[in-house]
Amino acid sequence: MENQDKLLNDITTQEYQYGFVTDIDTDVIPKGLSEDVIRVISAKKNEPEFMLEFRLKAYRGWLKMESPKWAHLRIPPIDFQETIYYAAPRNQAKYQSLDEVDPELVETFKKLGIPIEEQKHLAGVAVDVVMDSVSVTTTFKKVLAEKGIIFCSFSDALLEHPELVRKYLGMSVPPTDNFFAALNSAVFSDGSFCYIPKGVRCPMELSTYFRINTAGTGQFERTLIIAEDDSYVSYLEGCTAPMRDENQLHAAVVEIIAMDRAEVKYSTVQNWYPGDKNGVGGIYNFVTKRGICKGESSKISWTQVETGSAITWKYPSCVLIGDNSVGEFNSVALTNHHQQADTGTKMIHIGKNTKSTITSKGISAGKSDNSYRGLVKVLPGATNARNYSQCDSLLLGSTCGAHTFPYIEVGNKSSIVEHEATTSKIGEDQIFYCNQRGISTEDAIGMIVNGYAREVLNKLPMEFAVEAQKLLAISLEGSVG
Amino acid sequence: MLIIKNLRASVEGKEILKGINLEVNAGEVHAIMGPNGSGKSTLANVLAGKSDYEILGGEVTYEGQDLLELSPEVRSRSGVFLSFQYPVEIPGVPMVNFLKASVNEHRKFKGLEPLTAGEFLKLMRAKKEMLHLDSELTNRSVNEGFSGGEKKKNEIFQMAMLEPKLAILDETDSGLDIDALRIVAEGVNALKTADNATILVTHYQRLLDYVIPDFVHVLYNGRIVKSGGKELALELEEKGYDWIKNGSDQ
Repeated sequence: MENQDKLLNDITTQEYQYGFVTDIDTDVIPKGLSEDVIRVISAKKNEPEFMLEFRLKAYRGWLKMESPKWAHLRIPPIDFQETIYYAAPRNQAKYQSLDEVDPELVETFKKLGIPIEEQKHLAGVAVDVVMDSVSVTTTFKKVLAEKGIIFCSFSDALLEHPELVRKYLGMSVPPTDNFFAALNSAVFSDGSFCYIPKGVRCPMELSTYFRINTAGTGQFERTLIIAEDDSYVSYLEGCTAPMRDENQLHAAVVEIIAMDRAEVKYSTVQNWYPGDKNGVGGIYNFVTKRGICKGESSKISWTQVETGSAITWKYPSCVLIGDNSVGEFNSVALTNHHQQADTGTKMIHIGKNTKSTITSKGISAGKSDNSYRGLVKVLPGATNARNYSQCDSLLLGSTCGAHTFPYIEVGNKSSIVEHEATTSKIGEDQIFYCNQRGISTEDAIGMIVNGYAREVLNKLPMEFAVEAQKLLAISLEGSVG
Repeated sequence: MLIIKNLRASVEGKEILKGINLEVNAGEVHAIMGPNGSGKSTLANVLAGKSDYEILGGEVTYEGQDLLELSPEVRSRSGVFLSFQYPVEIPGVPMVNFLKASVNEHRKFKGLEPLTAGEFLKLMRAKKEMLHLDSELTNRSVNEGFSGGEKKKNEIFQMAMLEPKLAILDETDSGLDIDALRIVAEGVNALKTADNATILVTHYQRLLDYVIPDFVHVLYNGRIVKSGGKELALELEEKGYDWIKNGSDQ
């Protein structure tokens, strides 16, 4: 411990051995990862010095770490020196019209009912008319400003509110928390920052979609949400439209801090490119999400619908420090074809009378593998802690896998921890019943799966829920012969 | 409307239907009776297109089409309705959503525009009133936690919504108390027109007190061994199935 502190101290106070800026062409950063590359990234973004220190500390920690091997995943070796860690934000449109875009992608947009202008935006097509969303965004920003809410890109936050970032960054997820979080901490390009002042209820759902200056979702995204005493915010991440990206490796970090009686609802729909039917391509998605219920009676809830990515490694967690604080995790994870998901949560009970609820609904189809992994940990001081977990798995066909890995560690006798789990298959009888009423097998499966996931979908904000339902049905297309 | 010729079918390698012949015309009510295991439910399921059954031979013509060639959903959209003996539960799917999808599939098949939410709810209300159904059922998930009687009433309600040309009711009377039986029977009678036909598959005669059949057929050991008018049902009730079995086995 003493050694660690000394090392930490050395690193954060010493002079930079290699000077501040190296002699690298400003527009082209070579592939691969080194301290120089990190310095360049930080310099390009005009970051305050504490940010560079944070990055370097993470990088030095990362060098000593190994990619985790405990997940029920087959992860092909990743060459971290083959990746380009900084690319200037893309302002140029990739295509001139929707005709140039992959027809399969356009077809999916249509099925999801996404308006044409938005389709273009998502696919990277040049939009020459000013989109409605610009004026929406302006109105939106005005309302938020009146309430004193800060909602901006992470880069802007670093320039405009460095003291806030400095105070809270790394509080939930320390720079060397785990292999992928450390990588993110070292090289993250941008993300979102959200600050809700004392006593303010954010009047609308905050969505990254409305964030100005969004240059697409980054490969290493960083999000920091701070909810002060008696505040409330509902935050939406991602979108239901299929997201393609030339970067295969994604490692995002989300940190939430909730103070006394604050409540944060965080909803995600993740639909990164899952690879083709044969398991070729697809995003590797390694995400660290953690919220700290720091204040008494605070509440953090994670709701996720995961249908994308070739590999998903993700455990949105709650650290329940404040007495009477509440953590919630609601998840639908769907895998098809050759997708692999190892996802779940961690609920760490530290304060008295802390409560947590876990609802996990896994759906496996094709040749996919779907695992729930969850930890419920009650520390000795967490008198009267309470947890209820329900983990259900639904199988389509007989070539897919569903696994449940619950870990329970209880250090306080007064706590109550419950775990229920079920595994079921979609019944032929259910499909035939739908068929007999004129509903095709594909639609029937979509309907049955949505029914199964309804408990979780109901936790999503209204419009998000409707889109998520369509997404579940579309993701299963071609899964029945 | 429906002509069945020498239909043979098996399940898990066991021949259940051993040559069924039956003709059903518009405006008619046919009752198919018989002891347990005689093949009544198999016949109903084969007509609806359940995949567990293998067709060994024969033909089924429905409205001039080869029925056996059609997928179960196309049979449904073409007007063939099966009221299930054991309706399955579909947790989390509200009855309203299920029925709306169903009704709109039928409309699409006929080249009609889908009903809007408002139109659909109006239609649903009208049908509920017609059948004296309590309105709470449609807010629940499909058959989930329904009592036996509620499930059967729900089947008849779906039938009212879809207005089939050919309704096949598989043991719809089983497990019903007398009040529920009356509601179900009244529903069936109310939906009867000169253009549609009903096949009642039943073990007991009592449903036939309420829904008067034009023809009664006795199914035994995979064949129709006796056909007659409504009085045949009463005769069966009086003499029991042994009477048929003995006659047929000799």
